[in-house]
Order: sequence, then C-alpha cells, then structure tokens
Amino acid sequence: MARPRALIVRSAGTNCDAETAYAFDSCGAQSTILPSQPFLERPQILADYQILAIPGGFSYGDDILAGKVFGLELATHAGEEIVRLVKRGGVVIGICNGFQILVQMGLLPGLAKPFGEPEVTLTDNDVHKYQDRWVRMQVVSDACVFLRKGETLFAPAAHGEGKLVPRDEAMRLRLHQTGRVVLRYVGPNGEENPPFPHCPNGATDAIAGLTDATGRILGLMPHPERHFFPWHHPTWTRDGLAELTDGRKLFERGVQAVTAAG
Amino acid sequence: MATRPGFPDAAAAKLAQEIARLLGRPIGVEMVRGYAIAFANPDLPRDDVGAKLLHAVLADPVLHTSRVLRADDAVPVGRDGWRRIDVVRRPGVMDPAAMSVLRALAAVGLKPVSARTYRAIRVQDAHDAAELQRIGERCLANPLIEEVRVDPREAVVPFQDLAPAPFQRVEVALRGVDDVALQKISKDGMLALDLAEMRAIQAHFRSEGRDPTDVELETLAQTWSEHCKHKTLTSRVTITGDGAPRQYDNLLKETIFAATVQLDRDWCLSVFRDNAGVIAFDDEFAVTFKVETHNHPSALEPYGGAGTGIGGVIRDTLGTGLGAKPILSTDVFCVGPLAMQPDELPPGTLPPRRILQGVVAGVRDYGNRMGIPTCNGAVFVHPDYRTNPLVFAGNVGLIPRDKIAKGARKGDKAFVLGGRTGRDGIHGATFSSLSLDSSSSSVASGAVQIGNAIEEKKLLDAVLDARDRGWFTSVTDCGAGGLSSAIGEMGEELGADIELANVPLKYQGLTAGEIWISEAQERMVVAVNPAHADELRALCSIHGVEATELGTFTGSGRLRLTFDGQPVADMAMTFLHHGIPKHSRTATVTKVAESDVALPAGLDPNRLLLELLASPDITSKEEIVRQYDHEVLAGSVVKPMVGPGGFGPSDACVTAPRLGSRRGIAVGCGMSPTTGATDPHAMALLSVDEAVRNVICVGGRFDRLALLDNFAWPSVDDEATLGSIARCAEGCRDAALAYGTPFISGKDSLHNQTRTQSGVIRIPPTLLVSAIALLDDVTCAVTMDAKRADDLLLLVGETRREFGGSRLHQLLKLDGGRVPRVELQKAKALHESVARAIATRKVRAAHDLSEGGLAVAVAEMCLAGGLGAALHLGSVPRPSGLDDDLTLLFSESAPRYLLEVAWDDVDAVTRSLAGVPHAVVGSLTQAPVVTISGLTPRPLLQVDLAALTRSFRTGLDF
Repeated sequence: MARPRALIVRSAGTNCDAETAYAFDSCGAQSTILPSQPFLERPQILADYQILAIPGGFSYGDDILAGKVFGLELATHAGEEIVRLVKRGGVVIGICNGFQILVQMGLLPGLAKPFGEPEVTLTDNDVHKYQDRWVRMQVVSDACVFLRKGETLFAPAAHGEGKLVPRDEAMRLRLHQTGRVVLRYVGPNGEENPPFPHCPNGATDAIAGLTDATGRILGLMPHPERHFFPWHHPTWTRDGLAELTDGRKLFERGVQAVTAAG
Repeated sequence: MATRPGFPDAAAAKLAQEIARLLGRPIGVEMVRGYAIAFANPDLPRDDVGAKLLHAVLADPVLHTSRVLRADDAVPVGRDGWRRIDVVRRPGVMDPAAMSVLRALAAVGLKPVSARTYRAIRVQDAHDAAELQRIGERCLANPLIEEVRVDPREAVVPFQDLAPAPFQRVEVALRGVDDVALQKISKDGMLALDLAEMRAIQAHFRSEGRDPTDVELETLAQTWSEHCKHKTLTSRVTITGDGAPRQYDNLLKETIFAATVQLDRDWCLSVFRDNAGVIAFDDEFAVTFKVETHNHPSALEPYGGAGTGIGGVIRDTLGTGLGAKPILSTDVFCVGPLAMQPDELPPGTLPPRRILQGVVAGVRDYGNRMGIPTCNGAVFVHPDYRTNPLVFAGNVGLIPRDKIAKGARKGDKAFVLGGRTGRDGIHGATFSSLSLDSSSSSVASGAVQIGNAIEEKKLLDAVLDARDRGWFTSVTDCGAGGLSSAIGEMGEELGADIELANVPLKYQGLTAGEIWISEAQERMVVAVNPAHADELRALCSIHGVEATELGTFTGSGRLRLTFDGQPVADMAMTFLHHGIPKHSRTATVTKVAESDVALPAGLDPNRLLLELLASPDITSKEEIVRQYDHEVLAGSVVKPMVGPGGFGPSDACVTAPRLGSRRGIAVGCGMSPTTGATDPHAMALLSVDEAVRNVICVGGRFDRLALLDNFAWPSVDDEATLGSIARCAEGCRDAALAYGTPFISGKDSLHNQTRTQSGVIRIPPTLLVSAIALLDDVTCAVTMDAKRADDLLLLVGETRREFGGSRLHQLLKLDGGRVPRVELQKAKALHESVARAIATRKVRAAHDLSEGGLAVAVAEMCLAGGLGAALHLGSVPRPSGLDDDLTLLFSESAPRYLLEVAWDDVDAVTRSLAGVPHAVVGSLTQAPVVTISGLTPRPLLQVDLAALTRSFRTGLDF
C-alpha cells in the first residue's frame, strides 16, 4: 500500500516543521512542508493528503493572541477542505502553537459546530512566563485515534500560553461529558490535577489535549516530536535508552489511523 | 481590550507583584491592550459591524471584553478610584505586532490603512500622578523607547508618515584644513577616526584632487571602525615589562590566529575569515560557531539589546559560507550585584536586577520565536559590571560542506533581503540621545534597536531555501555599519554600483548617508546570479520576505553610490579596505605580586558550602534556563539541566543536529573574570581549560575540539591595559598550542567602561572562551548527576592552595591569594586521559571542578542525582606539605574532574588515568547526606542533601 501523505503547513514563525515532518516520515508517511501562502491560495491540494499537521512555533509572532492570525487565515481560506479531509478518514494534529491555532479556528473542541464561537481558549501560563519542562500526561479517553486510554505520554512542554480555559462552567462539563478531553497532566505517580510544575500552565482540570467529535483531530500543548529518539528522554543517561518512545507511538498511531481508513 | 472579571490574568498578577515591590504596598492592577487603527473614510466599518469584527479578531472572545472608541472619544478609565497609565512606543520604534493586526483584519475583509499597538494599565488607589509616573517608568516602560502617559486625555492614534528627505549632496572640505580642524570634523561627525586616520583620508583625497562627500567619509569611518577592523588587537604591539621585550606586527594574527595556522587541523574548514568559524561535522556537513557581544545596547535597553544580540549572531550563522542553518544558541551575562538599588548607581543607569530581567526576556522572546534552542550559558555577578553589563550571544550552525566557499562574481546583482531600513542604531546611542526627549516624529528614536524575530525567521527560511537552489554566490549579514559594511565587504575585490533610493524604508525622511549606514535589524545582503534574480524575488515572496535589487558588483574596483541617479560616493575599494594607517603601540605588562592570604579562624565548612551553593555565580540558573526553549529542533541529547529532578547543572550541552544520525556536538564555555586583573595570562589558561573540561565531561572528543575567544575589556588607551589584553592573547595562544585545540573565531569588545561624576567605572578584563567538540555517537554522552549508591568517586588532578579570585574569597570578602595556574603540558595529558576514560563508557557521571572547588562539585553531583556521598580528603592528590582542609574543600585549582565509577570498572578507568594524578576520594551513598572527613580523620563537613538542594536552588533574585 502507498505511503500515506502528510501535509505540514507552516506560516511565518512556525519552527517545529522539520522535526514534525521527520516524525511522520519515519513512521511510514511521506510528508511535504508547505508555506502558508501557496496553501491558502490552493487549499484544494489537501485532497491529495491523508494527514494534516500544524506544527509548533510562533505563527506571525503570536501577535494579538497565540495562534489567532494564522487560525483566522486557515479558517477563512481552508476551513472547508480541512473538514472534508477529516470526513474522508484523514487525521489532523496540532502541536503547541498548532493546538492554539486549532482552538482559535474554532475546530477544537468544536462542540457546537466547526468554526463557531470559540468555546475554550489557551492563555498565559499561571507563572506568566514561557516554560520548557518535561511533563507526564495521562490518556483519559479512547476517543482519539492518536492515543490509547490508560497510557501515559511523557514529553516536553515548551510554551508561554498553554493554560486551557473553557468559556464557562457548562462548557467545562461538556468537554468531559463528550469525551473531548483526551490528555491531562498528572503528577510523577499519576496524581490527578497536580500543581505546578507537573501541570506547567495551570490549565483547567489539567487539560493538556483535546479531540473533536470524530476523534480524528488532536490538539495538544506538549511536543511528542521532541520525545521521538530515546536520547531525547531527560534521564536516559541513568535509565538507559528505551526501545520505543512515547512520542513515536503517537505518530505511529496517527499514520495507522489513515492506513486503516484506506 | 481587558480581561473579563473572574477570568485569570497572569500578566496583571505578575505586574502587581512588581509594583508592590516598588511601592512597598499592594495595589490593584488591571491590564489593557490597545490597538489604534486608521481607516480611509470609505473603508470605515459601520459602528456595530466594526465593533463585532474587531472584537472577534483582536480580542480573545473567551477572556476579554473590548470597547471600540473613535479618536475623539474620551479615554475610559473604568471604575471609581482607578487611574490609567498608557505606554506608547516613541516614533520610529519598531512595532512588530502592527503588521499582524493588519493581516488579521484583512483576513475578515477589513481594509485598515495603518495600525499601532500599545499597552495601558489601570491602577487602584495610586497616591498621585508622580507615583503613577514612577510606576510607569520603573515597572512598565523604558523611557528610551516608550512614552509614559499618566491619566491620558487623548487616545493613541497611528503614526503619520513623514515627508521624503530632500536630496542634498554634501562635500566635506578636508583638503585645506589643519590637524585641529581634521579632529573637529571627526568629532562633530561622530566618526571616531583618530588624527592619523583623518590625515590618511586627507592625503588620499588630495591625490584625487577633490574633497570627500559626507557619505564617503561616513563609509570610511564605518569600515575603519574598531568594531569592523579590530584596530587594537590587530595593531603592531611591542610588549615590555616581563623579560625581554617582544614585538608583534599584528597582535591577533601572530598569537591566536598563528596558533590555529600552526596546528593546521584538516577539520578546520574556514577559520577567522567568514562570519563564523567552520569545522567538519561528518562527510556531508560542517558546523559553524560564532559568539558576539551586545553590551552597550543591553545597558540602555536590556530587552531590545539582548534580543538583537541573539538576532545578530544568528545572522552571522546565516551569513557564513552560502548560509548555515542555526541550530543552537548560547548566552552569557555579566551583571552587577542584583540587590543594588537605583540610589547606589550613577544617574541614568538601570539597576542590575532590571538589566538581568530584560536580557533574559530578550533572549527568551527572540530565541524562542526563532525556533533555535538556547542550550548553554552562564551568569557572572561582579560590582564592576554594574554600569556596563556584558551580554554574550553565540550561535552554532549546520552547513553542507559544498556550501562553505563563497564569492560574488562580476555582474552579480546586489540584493537586500528582509526587513526595511529605518534610523535604527545609527551612530548607536550617541545619535539618539540627542533626540530622545523630543516627541516630534521628525526625530526617530533610532538609538535602540528593537528586533522582530518573526521577520528574521522568515528571512532565515528564505535564505536557506534560495541557498539550496544555488541562486546566489555570496551572502552576508547587515550588522554593524549596515549596508556599508555588507556591500563594502562583499564587493571588496570587484567594486559595486549601488542605488540607495532603491532601499525599502520603514518610513520616509532618511538621507542617503543614513540609509547606507543604518543598522536596522533582520537584513541580509546577497550577490545574486542575474539569471535567477526573478526566481529569487518569487521565492522570497512566498516566504513573505522583501527582496530588493540595489545594484551590481561591477569589476571596476570602485564603490559607487547614487541616490536617485545622483552620485554620492565614488571611492576605490583598495583605499577603503587597505588605506587605514597601521597603528603601532607599546604595551606594558604589570606583574601583580601574589601571596597566600590566611583564612579567618573558626570557619564552619557546612555553612561555607551552603552559602557558596547559594552564591550568584554558582546558584541554580533554572529560573532562566526553563524560560528558554532548549529542545526545539529535536536535537537535544544532554540538556542544560540534568538528573531525575531536572535541576542538576550540566557542564555542557550535547546536540545531535541531523535527525536520525547519532553524531553530535558538545558546546560549553569557560570564564574567570575574577583572575584577569591579577594575571591575564593565567585567566586565559583558566578560561580555555574550563571550556575544555566542560565539553569533555559530557563526552566531547578532545582531539576534535575547537575554541572561540571573546575579549571584553575596558578602554585600551594606556600601555598597562594594552599589556593585559596582549598577555591574555598570548595565554590563548599558549593554551591552544599546548592542547592542540585551535581557535576558529573570535571577537573583541573594548571601551566597556562608564564615566560617572565620581570617576570611571571599568569592567574587570573579561575573556569568554567557548568550546565545541564532536561526539561520534551521542549515546556515549555522560551527565554530571550521581547515578548509583556505592559507586566510587575518583578525583582527577592536583589540588593546590589557589584562592586568588575564588568564590570562597569572594564570599569572605578577601582580596589577594594565588591565582590558579594551569600547567599546560600536564593538563593536556590529564584531559586526554579523562576523555579516553569517558569514551570507554565506564564513567557513570563526570563533573568538572570550578567555582567553589571540590566541595561544591560533589554537592552538585549529589543533589543532581538525589544521592549522598562520603569523602575522605586524605587521599586527595596534592603537593606534599599541603595539609589544610579548607584548601582541599574549596580551592579552585585546575584542571580537576570528579568521576563516578562502578567498583567493577575502577581498575579499567584507573588504567586510562595512568600517569595522571588521581585517587578514589570516596563513594556515593543511599543515605541523603554528604559527609566529608578531613586530614585528621574526623568529620569535617556533614550536610543533608535537602539543605544542599535548597541552597543551590535559591536562584538569582531578579
């Protein structure tokens, strides 16, 4: 079977595109990195792809709000094509700034309808500064094709605006009830709702990642592509080199999801 | 835009803390973000439509409330008892977010003409306007670049563009004047040319039978500047005062550079030639490394200064060969004591705490936005940095080996790529301090350079994309001297015809001379093969980068500049580059007598260790490091902080830059600014040695190790200061030759001193040595955290009584003592042995002994690994007769390493160390306590791991 194709879209300020592309390529996909301008001019090309990835970085400097400007552009020019990709069995992943973009587009959590009023936001960390530190996440739902419930994901978080805040209490409850919450930060021994630094940003209910109604869109703040090689692990010099890293598992599942869908 | 009641506002909470610290009482703070947007009349949205769209685009609909005001509406303050402070950029200061605002509004169909962003806060229960002004200036704004408006009545409005400057050709009557007038011309024009240089220029133009234009004179001043020509370090120097006088025809060339030439390593691919040094990495790629300083800008505006420092050194990488890809940044800061208050400082000096806050935020915001990991660095604190902080920024790049050679060809087009040109950085601070008080937009406050990381990221992407297509033959960055240096260098052999009116401007009103020397950030110059000029334009457009043709590299050997077709300069490149008169100077070496200083009686080793761990140079820099993205690009192998708790201070970082390859590099640094005043030669050896130890500790190859030098000195205007810099250069040479570790690049920054009413404050002579070493397989890397209880601790290297410049002396406020002396031949054997031992994979942890000596090193290994240790000083290798416990604990002799080795491997490791002083000094324990027994076998030091950890993690208070 042909290798599934992954489109990695980048804007001015995107900076995790190469390692995201590498991750997909080494898990069996074939990726293309495309600047935003040609993509926004011809979003139809998405028909040739099964995977869309929006990598981390600072799209347009994160001016105004993290992910806002690129989110507006993607929603305006490529929104329909992205929905179509998911409908025909494709997957979408937004990492860090990519997650912020998916949220600002209104694609995640997408409870009412895609591109509707924003339902949640990702704002300044409680410590009000950028933080690069490794965090442990628990997969709390089987809703998303990239993840398996019960597993943990250990990866670096590296962001200044990762605190997830729902619009109101009703929205918070619905996020859980509808299975949109797939990843939550946990303590070193799996403790729920851990304090800083285990939850690096103060997110509501320690939410680290969301999916949509189909489970084929994943947005998460931490960087699975930075826990891809075993030597990425912060204590590999003590504990040895792992056979299979948490990050690699996530990308492999994403590729499998589109391979199975056909 | 303000945050809805009941929703979090972390920024306001943090600011409230800062203000409370300033006022000594808590105070209510709310933050407001403002956008001033101008529409042409027909495009003005209807009030209701406009408010909805603007809210959707510019606010966070979940978090924010917003109000749309017209320019003539009253400025809202909010609830009773609250007052308002607006902070607005001064005219001409970069506003990177404004472009994004226009872009976002365009995405929803609005058509604004211009936009400007600003900040405001609302403050509850302020005493009076003076207090608000103080809050504004101390906590919110830098008055150099921003204006504080207390209780503003008028709304902020977008800038109006200035009128174009009328063209004027100015000739400077130089031929007929005397020496006094020549010096006056140099001074009035801020040319910084000395009399000999002015005379050389006079003679040249006499021979041409005309006077120079202002632009020609300015071009010469830029090209001959200390910054570009390194006149001091390349001058002819006669050294006296320490034995037989000796002479160097070119100090730098015949010391540091000569050592590199003599070593003649085939893996040094390009040294002291391009914008960075280049060494081989693997069969396909090479790595580049450059470290720069950005001191004076950082003293004035720490945030902008540090940001543009990082931005500048990244462009050095991008301007090396045909463009290297930046893969890793380093930063080293030297600041005054952080507790210093404004009243302890000369007027106009920012407090050290604020400088450190600013430079950390500057590196963070610029480096993180560029997507380049900041992986290595250091902070040094010394009172003599209080008015003149040092900010070093380094960058490592990766370049295909077939892209290292460069050279413009006749007929190639000169293009400028990237940001637009404004008055930024013209004549540095001198120029703009004249204009900073004025609010008139006719004087742009260009003094301070404010960077735009996203502009530079786009530029980086475009340059590397075009490089891979082979469309240009040369590239260099626009740094100091702007276009004048970039085009002057690139066209040195060929000559160039340049039309200055083609240069895209941020705003109108610049003269031809200003355009030519502006130091506006985020610009690169490329020499483009004419056949690919159109393709280059199209490619840049995809990346959102402006690409503008300025002229042609001609082959005429002359630099010809026009403005709208009118000639403003026409000079021979040979005179520009080789006409500078050679400087001859005498240097005197002053020997400072050294003798041992008695330590006070009754010192408590436990307390000393805890206080040392919390002292500024040693304490954890976690607070800084965690704010930097040190893992982007997915190359991270050994992080800046290691161990299970993630707070062990790593000696160096290791990166595997080619995804999928196990080959890597280690990057570290060494510095010993407390020893330079006593013995600059010893300082050089210590700095090189520490840099070498750091990269060897993480597994770097000693035989594939290259060095960089950065001299930061006060003004070198007397023989003694020249003597100190000359001895330091000789030290660098001696160490490089002895170790076989060539220097590949360097930079000097002189004049680091400040004139105050009570005299001149001079920085300590400071040498930063950076090291880069290859790892064949990064899975051989070692970290410094203690790994397993019962493992043995091996101390390698001899301990002597060397407290000169030590942290113990600093702590006890003692002067004098003997500066640590590195015995180069013995040290070389030691480094080789340790590197060999580590390469056998039998060393579980390695840490170098530096600040604070053995006690600090063992404490750091233990707290990093969560284990205790038991040591006996009796076995510490030392000269006979040394019988002092405190010396063995805290002396800073070099080189020394502490290695963790399993019992089963100790014989093998010891064999690797044959011939080198070493001994088992103790072992690791499960019990979380560090115990050290002294020479008389009784407990000397015993501290809980928790207490050690707490002290170390005190951190810098900034």
